[in-house]
Amino acid sequence: MSAAGYDAIVIGGGLHGLSVALHLARRRKRVIVLERRYAGRHSSGINAGGVRRLGRDIREIALSVIAMEMWHSIESLVGDDCGFVAGGQVKVAESDADMAKLARREAEVRALGYDHEELVDQAELRRIVPAIAEHCVGALVSRTDGAADPYRTTTAFRRAAVAAGAEIREDDGVTGLERANDLWQVTCASGTIEAPAVVNCAGAWATRIAAMVGETIPCGVKASMMIVTERMPTFVEPTVGATSRSLSFKQTAAGTVVIGGGHQGRCDVAAERSVVDFGNLAHAARIATELFPVMRGVRIVRTWCGIEARTADEIPFIGPSAVAPGLFHSFGYSGHGFQLAPAAGAALAGLIATGSTNLPIAPFGVTRTSAAAVR
Amino acid sequence: MSAERIATDVPARADIVVIGGGPAGLAAATEAARRGAAVVLLDEQPALGGQVYRAVEANRARGKTLDADYAEGGRLVDAFRASGALAIHEASVWLVEPDGTVGFSRAGAATLMKAERVIVATGAVERAMPIPGWTLPGVMTVGAAQILLKTAGLVPQGRVWIAGSGPLLRLYAVQALAAGGQLAGIIDTTPPGNRRAALRHMGGAMGALGELRKGLAWTQAIRQAGVPWITGAHDLRAEADDDGALGTISFTADGARRSEPADTLLLHNGVVPNVQITRALDIEHDWNQTQRAFRPRCDAWGSTSVPAVMIAGDGAGIVGAAASAIAGRLAALESLRALGRLDQAARDDAAAPLRRALARALAIRPFLDALFAPSPEYLVPAGETIVCRCEEVTASALRQAVSLGCLGPNQLKSFTRCGMGPCQGRICGLTVAEVIASARGASVADVGYYRLRFPIKPLTLGELAAVHAPADPTAPR
Repeated sequence: MSAAGYDAIVIGGGLHGLSVALHLARRRKRVIVLERRYAGRHSSGINAGGVRRLGRDIREIALSVIAMEMWHSIESLVGDDCGFVAGGQVKVAESDADMAKLARREAEVRALGYDHEELVDQAELRRIVPAIAEHCVGALVSRTDGAADPYRTTTAFRRAAVAAGAEIREDDGVTGLERANDLWQVTCASGTIEAPAVVNCAGAWATRIAAMVGETIPCGVKASMMIVTERMPTFVEPTVGATSRSLSFKQTAAGTVVIGGGHQGRCDVAAERSVVDFGNLAHAARIATELFPVMRGVRIVRTWCGIEARTADEIPFIGPSAVAPGLFHSFGYSGHGFQLAPAAGAALAGLIATGSTNLPIAPFGVTRTSAAAVR
Repeated sequence: MSAERIATDVPARADIVVIGGGPAGLAAATEAARRGAAVVLLDEQPALGGQVYRAVEANRARGKTLDADYAEGGRLVDAFRASGALAIHEASVWLVEPDGTVGFSRAGAATLMKAERVIVATGAVERAMPIPGWTLPGVMTVGAAQILLKTAGLVPQGRVWIAGSGPLLRLYAVQALAAGGQLAGIIDTTPPGNRRAALRHMGGAMGALGELRKGLAWTQAIRQAGVPWITGAHDLRAEADDDGALGTISFTADGARRSEPADTLLLHNGVVPNVQITRALDIEHDWNQTQRAFRPRCDAWGSTSVPAVMIAGDGAGIVGAAASAIAGRLAALESLRALGRLDQAARDDAAAPLRRALARALAIRPFLDALFAPSPEYLVPAGETIVCRCEEVTASALRQAVSLGCLGPNQLKSFTRCGMGPCQGRICGLTVAEVIASARGASVADVGYYRLRFPIKPLTLGELAAVHAPADPTAPR
């Protein structure tokens, strides 16, 4: 423990920051989360809630598989089921070309020793998704994937972190970061605090934190839009996506249907504000109604979008800073970080507490060449 | 399928888009078009006139007049017709973007239109009057009944009771009687103390003698028809009969509980600004304690914090039809100045007589606001009364959420799903704010309102899927 009283300072009160804090606190480390607004303000509280291994970047699969094991016992981790339901994830093929692509993908994943992705034919697709459009010829499925309630999950991680001894300070944005005498001095609205380790979980604003220590990390932002419809009778259990088009389609426990897929709204990162672009959102509606014709007459009740970081190669940065000892990064999840949060937090906590982790985060180094170009 | 039709017979852009075909919208569009602007008026209704002058042209053609004021509606429509502005009817506006893009649906087809300026003239909506049983079949609002009367000449049959407070309640009663309707009685829930409070504003109201006389004439007409008028009523309830529809109403008046058979109950608790568009645009709103409603912050022209968006009429605070029409013209003048069609001096010259007329039209407002100040009983319903109809959330469930730490309407959604149904809080918004404020002992201003998001009107996925965004919105007309 440092003289200042903290072992680690987490910047950013989103799900990833809260997860790191939880795992550090469970390791009996004194940890504080500094959140500029309120915990879960941006993507964490309002994302689609997909808990998915299906279709992940090959480099993410190992961490995602471990995270999924944690999700299946999420209540033992955070004391709440987070609304997690293992209803499955389905990626449909709309053509023979799609089907061939999915077959190659299945073989590729199996060759790596994983068996969660399974190619199914049209009859089996119909059985698990009866409302799917007739032109769909098959699918790749991951039957024990699922979805959770994002706001409830973020709240559960927060409560668990606090119960384990973490401190969470909201309305307290970080304005400066300096290293002196092997300690980080973090300047925030309420003053300066010190700790030997700092974890940068600032999402779309994380590159600004890195820049405070002179570290330039190429990373863009995205503002994915979502639609939620009026309630429908239960008609689809798994979360459904497509092979050649962007879609995430899921019915919640309340009966509403949540539609996303990464269609982009407009965002102003400096103003921390994003707005829906309806011309663009029309694409999401088109894909959803083409895959689920039953949805055509269903009313939209709300649309929204949230800001987060997006890397050039669409996988996150998880690991130590390349230039500043004691600084760690965890951001750039590019629209699919929700599922990884329990495992990514555990990996960073191990790294900070012991100097190493046996969790598979090697692919996520900040200097990897595939992430060099900003998009 | 009609949901996939694309509306192509409307222009892709306009100088000014006016939303709403009531007095404010008609006057705004007329003023702007007369002075040379390309104006499109989007109206949700099949015919011009708004709520107050609904179906005025059709009724005039049939030789009918609902009341003397209605003629003024006819004059507004005539001026609009002569102005060169384009009216698009049955257009349900679900989007207004800060840059002036307006999204609307018509006959199942959705379109995006780009305007340099948008004048929001969406008027007022009826304040919900949540009493026990208000969701039963057979219970509806006076406003809804008036729509049936004006568009189809229909009056409800059987034992029809009208309950609540406000000018519209009297006006409808007069109109229904004139159309041959029968009324079982009027249950006036106006708090008895209001009359005294209103008298203090009598001096100002004397400047609007015509308005006062009109109100008195309505009252007299109702009395002459022999309709029972029960004043100072409270604890109003609607109860179902065996088939689940309204069968009985009960209330307390003069210290006694009364129960009456009823086939139709029409409720009315005054009107409040329609804030759907201004809220969804994140324009600041201020709480008006007298009218017990939020209104969007705007200046004397109707300019808001969003430069391309102006607001005119009852939507900026309840002012009535005459003042709304004047406000519409003022907003049009300022829009023309902003577009460079009118210099500031010309704008101000044109506005000067309008401002004097506006002051006259507003003279009676403090009197009316005091006379029809809503009864607290129906602002903050008790017990198991349903507040959110869509999700069937009761007042006691709201109080329970507050006791668990819920501070405002947006948090309430996570606690109860209140306001998350198809109406997105359009009906329950103010009631929710009032109930939370009362339970917390806080002011409604501090409790705030739902964060509204577009689409603000029902929009199907099929309609959005077929949205026709103009290929090149910047191309010259």
